[in-house]
Amino acid sequence: MARNLQRAGELAFAKMEKINSEVLTLTYGSIVAQLVKDYEDVEEVNKQLEMMGYNMGIRLVDEFLAKSHVGSCQSFRDSAEVIAKVGLRMFLGVSATVSQWSQDGNEFSLVMEENPLHEFVDIPEHLRGLYYCNILCGVIRGALEMLNMRVDAQYVRCKLRGDAHSEIRVKLIEILEDQYPEDDE
Amino acid sequence: MSARSIYDRPLRRPRQEVSLSSFAFLFSEFIQYSQKRIQTIPELEEKLREAGERVGVRVLELCTLRERATKRETRILGILSFITTVVWRSLFGRQAEALEKSAETDDEYMISEREPLFVKSISVPKDLGHLSCASFTAGIVKGVLDHSGFPARVTAHHVPTDAQPLRTTILVKFDEDVMERERSLA
Repeated sequence: MARNLQRAGELAFAKMEKINSEVLTLTYGSIVAQLVKDYEDVEEVNKQLEMMGYNMGIRLVDEFLAKSHVGSCQSFRDSAEVIAKVGLRMFLGVSATVSQWSQDGNEFSLVMEENPLHEFVDIPEHLRGLYYCNILCGVIRGALEMLNMRVDAQYVRCKLRGDAHSEIRVKLIEILEDQYPEDDE
Repeated sequence: MSARSIYDRPLRRPRQEVSLSSFAFLFSEFIQYSQKRIQTIPELEEKLREAGERVGVRVLELCTLRERATKRETRILGILSFITTVVWRSLFGRQAEALEKSAETDDEYMISEREPLFVKSISVPKDLGHLSCASFTAGIVKGVLDHSGFPARVTAHHVPTDAQPLRTTILVKFDEDVMERERSLA
């Protein structure tokens, strides 16, 4: 059953209450600046951003499911396309493309040409190791975990670091069993 | 060959949008993050104000550039007007609901909102109240004021009424230097 995910993404985005992207951009920048101030080590900032993203992802997925009307994904491949075409579109207003699937179908790359979080950002030399948008890796990890997929998401290319585009590599680690609460009498 | 840097990108672009919930989730997470590093609510408000200030500085630059303002504001009403119209429209899509001068002291002004954008979308635990989010907005105002030559103390106050439970006032108290200048320009 072919679904037009692009269209689903547009529709979902159209329904969301919206704000000027610059509010998000500047607020995110302010938050990253705060983290950089609080932690001396750039790796630690990357970690914190990922954790914040994870916390956001586990809550955001509910809104996603409620408003996107996408229905359940049949496979990891399906999930990847849904994230790229519907999820990102719905929340950030931009789509991504899915590419470079591994042989076993457990790894893919999410390629983003545009990212509203990148506007106005210039990373200084001494923060070269910073993955500015690492929060997105956390969001993906958190959201997928709520859908019973434990993944690892890492930035492998970043436009802010001089690469041509931004790319997140997502790797499926395991499918989790549904957790049922213990029977209490 | 020179790489295209961010400085080459035009500032005048069609307005782009993202979903309000992205902001809400992010902001909520930032509050959680900040909460772990402070002891009291006033400290949390201070953190949020600081975060807002960083935004305010940049919003001032963006708005001023785009308005093609040829003269910078030198009078209090001028800068407050700029904030409640241009800055507010840029951030929230509409003007501030009200700008008032305090009847008691001449260095205090109030910007009021029935339903501030940030407050409406965030649900914070009851013990934090609504002040957290409005403190961020107060920070933005402070950022704009401090960097246009109008240093001031800016705080947010939740002033609910029966009809408007989310009503918020941002109180601006200008430094004495600003008042002296204002008096000499009058």
